[in-house]
Amino acid sequence: MEVYVRTAAIFALAGGLVAASPSAHSAPPAASPATSLDPIRVLDCLTFGPAEADLDKLHREGLTRWLDGQLHPPRTDVLPPAAQAQIDSLAIAQKPMAALVADIAEKGKALRDITDPDLKRAAQQAFQQSLNDFAHQAATRDILRDLYSPTQLRERMTWFWFNHFNVHQYKADIRAMVGDYVDSAIRPHALGRFRDLLGATLHHPAMLRYLDNAQNAVGHINENYAREIMELHTMGVGSGYTQKDVEELARILTGVGIDASPQNPRLKPELAGQLVRQGLFEFNPARHDYGDKIFLGHHIAGRGYAEVEEALDLLAKQPATARHISRQIAVYLVSDNPPQALIDRMSETFLHTNGDIANVLRAMVTAPEFAAAAAHGKFKDPVRYVLSAVRLAYGDKVILNTAPIQAWLNRMAEGFYNHQTPDGYPLAESSWNGPGQLALRFEIARQIGSGSAGLFRPEGPGQTDRPAFPQLQNALYFSALKHELKPTTVAVLDQAISPQEWNALFLSSPDFMR
Amino acid sequence: MQSTFSRRTLLKALAALGPATVAGRVWAAPQTQARLLVVFLRGAYDATNVVIPIGSDFYYQSRPMLAVPRPGSNPAKGISEAIALDGDWGMHPALRASMLPLWQKKQIAFVPFAGTDDLTRSHFETQDTIELGQPVNGSRNYQSGFMARLAGVLTETRPIAFTDQLPLVFHGGATPIPNIGLNTIGKPALDERQMTLISKLYQDDPLSASVAEGFHVRDDVYQSISRESAAANRNAVSPKGFELSARRIARLMRGGYNLGFVDIGGWDTHVNQGGSSGYLADRLTELGRGLSGFTDEIGPEVWRDTVVVVISEFGRTFRENGDKGTDHGHGSVYWVLGGGVRGGRIVGEQVKVAQATLFQNRDYPVLTDYRALFGGLFRRMYGLDQTALQKVFAGVQPKDMTLV
Repeated sequence: MEVYVRTAAIFALAGGLVAASPSAHSAPPAASPATSLDPIRVLDCLTFGPAEADLDKLHREGLTRWLDGQLHPPRTDVLPPAAQAQIDSLAIAQKPMAALVADIAEKGKALRDITDPDLKRAAQQAFQQSLNDFAHQAATRDILRDLYSPTQLRERMTWFWFNHFNVHQYKADIRAMVGDYVDSAIRPHALGRFRDLLGATLHHPAMLRYLDNAQNAVGHINENYAREIMELHTMGVGSGYTQKDVEELARILTGVGIDASPQNPRLKPELAGQLVRQGLFEFNPARHDYGDKIFLGHHIAGRGYAEVEEALDLLAKQPATARHISRQIAVYLVSDNPPQALIDRMSETFLHTNGDIANVLRAMVTAPEFAAAAAHGKFKDPVRYVLSAVRLAYGDKVILNTAPIQAWLNRMAEGFYNHQTPDGYPLAESSWNGPGQLALRFEIARQIGSGSAGLFRPEGPGQTDRPAFPQLQNALYFSALKHELKPTTVAVLDQAISPQEWNALFLSSPDFMR
Repeated sequence: MQSTFSRRTLLKALAALGPATVAGRVWAAPQTQARLLVVFLRGAYDATNVVIPIGSDFYYQSRPMLAVPRPGSNPAKGISEAIALDGDWGMHPALRASMLPLWQKKQIAFVPFAGTDDLTRSHFETQDTIELGQPVNGSRNYQSGFMARLAGVLTETRPIAFTDQLPLVFHGGATPIPNIGLNTIGKPALDERQMTLISKLYQDDPLSASVAEGFHVRDDVYQSISRESAAANRNAVSPKGFELSARRIARLMRGGYNLGFVDIGGWDTHVNQGGSSGYLADRLTELGRGLSGFTDEIGPEVWRDTVVVVISEFGRTFRENGDKGTDHGHGSVYWVLGGGVRGGRIVGEQVKVAQATLFQNRDYPVLTDYRALFGGLFRRMYGLDQTALQKVFAGVQPKDMTLV
């Protein structure tokens, strides 16, 4: 099975990208360690963990073509039929968000009319349960894509951008919105233009609800969203804007909100033409502050919705935004302390290409600093840890139930859509590798390693388990991973007394954590 | 440990302080008895509606929807009044059952106008500032939180964070500092042999100490919680939410852990925060119950040597906003509780609460820097000398507020 000897499967990066030969018989490329890329490391950085099919594809296509495919995937990608069928059967895939939100609102209204306390309590529970179901389904869809999509980088960037433009599912009715937020605001732009992504999040009711801009109106200013746009979403804190800029942006954003009603709001005739509606999004001119603003040193003439687009244009073009976004991406994908030269290259690309995310990612992977920065392997956050384990253990055998994965992630404090504050989950290794977390992770390693752990028992009553054993010692393990193990790991694995224990130890090893 | 605090330095510190300041009751016990729990209210709690400037007409003008009525004002039925602490300050009525008894026993002090010199008004930035405890304008070292540095200058300290993720405040310990979420603990899944094998996997890894500490803490916490379930059968009501965590924390801190950190979210009240009752009042009830549960559980003897400090990243706008809430502000009010705390007082520099004294015509000013407050407290609690204190908070002059 040992087809790919590690040294032979290294990409050379002399004067550009050269595809590696998949054959062990060809001579190893003469590349210095600083400029060679281990394919396993490439997959660690850019996917939810190496799986056999990815490594084959990477070898077949070479890094340049493989990366092209990852950066410019078809709009809809092809999932294994067993995964796609599960997604298609979800209620959130069959009903548009507006209908889900309307259903929930109606149920909520019906609740208020119930007077019997017992009936009321039961109805309240049912109401919460249906909200929870929507978020659970959204997470199911995300997890299936993360595990099985051939365009892995788009899925990783989808997680990254959700986290960057974080919303918390448990605020108000956001659970009915998160699925659509991922699907229509985040994922289509995950590799596209930053400006589009910024605009899409601003137009989504999940964001407007979460950061209270639905309540921001002339005379009733709410700065919350304006502040986080500048501080977290674009320029980054300490990048030169002032409290006054935040206040001015809040004024610009007055009137941007949510409207679920089929009727337009009643407006004075002279304002009627200024109304903007798009799904649940609404710009209500009666709530807007029509005064002029000075934002980031620019004079913005008070004229309605166009001010919002002008402000977002300004924000997306700021060099501070380019630097902030580039750094965040590099920290997420490569290392806690990415070299400044790498960030500089990425931010230059960001500015030259008008914030084209695919180009920024390409600049990152092809930078001479990338190989060395990626060589260490970043300690996996819980999401990457669990998903990489499941990808390795079951390959293309599609799981039938994502609930165990959701439960593991919640226990490890990185559940889907479950970070309360807009800063998103921390990206630094040190947030995830403390003593308490390690102890918990070893327990979860044991659960993943010792059997199918419910992953093959479909959700719902009366379903039977179709257990499958986690095959960690598979072709990928023997062809590539085994050769990278530290001698101590090999020695400890040899002491395992059962395949279950071997799995638990392998998934607990420092080698698999990075 | 980088620098150890020995009995010799303790004696030197005592000599330097002079006899007058050695009267604090924590001094009576060996310094290793001292326990400190820092409670971080994340999201910037609305201090103005918790320790209420009842003496200020400006407060009542600024918060027509949110203000808590003055004591003795006989508000409409169903609305409670503030509880007078002195002529200027009152306590939110949601804390009557939990914190008023401590105030009457003089075991809680409030420090108004407390906070940082960080002016970003950003939750995350300012939380980081506080947890790192480094000069605001220097470059930041995210591998050096102030409680980790404190642990580094103390001997026989056992720090722990009762959180799901390791907080910044404990980053960079000389030996890795454990964190453990108290709501997700079950029976350990690994046996002795498996734990040994896993430890072997990490024998040459930078994480090896963390792995060992992780197993250790896991075991401690599980032991402590299984004793609780036995005890719970005799209690009629089993506590929930923060009170459950706080009682568990108390048991662990009555045992070996003596330097703890816990955080509570949900204080970012931009919308509909309520007044005497409502959202904020409910959060306060839960917080108060938790803290009084902690006091109860840790027991009178250990409570004498325990200090709990409640902090938050900043205060909120003095005036209410258009959504019956408040926005990001500056100065806050910190709480200091403990059996040996010189409480029943409003402590620290103060100004009259009026429009003219607002910071940027918007928020409370900061008159007590949190590092100076903690520095002064650490000197009294642990007898740290200037050199040690400088290691915790470089360039900060500790402020002796005679809190213990």
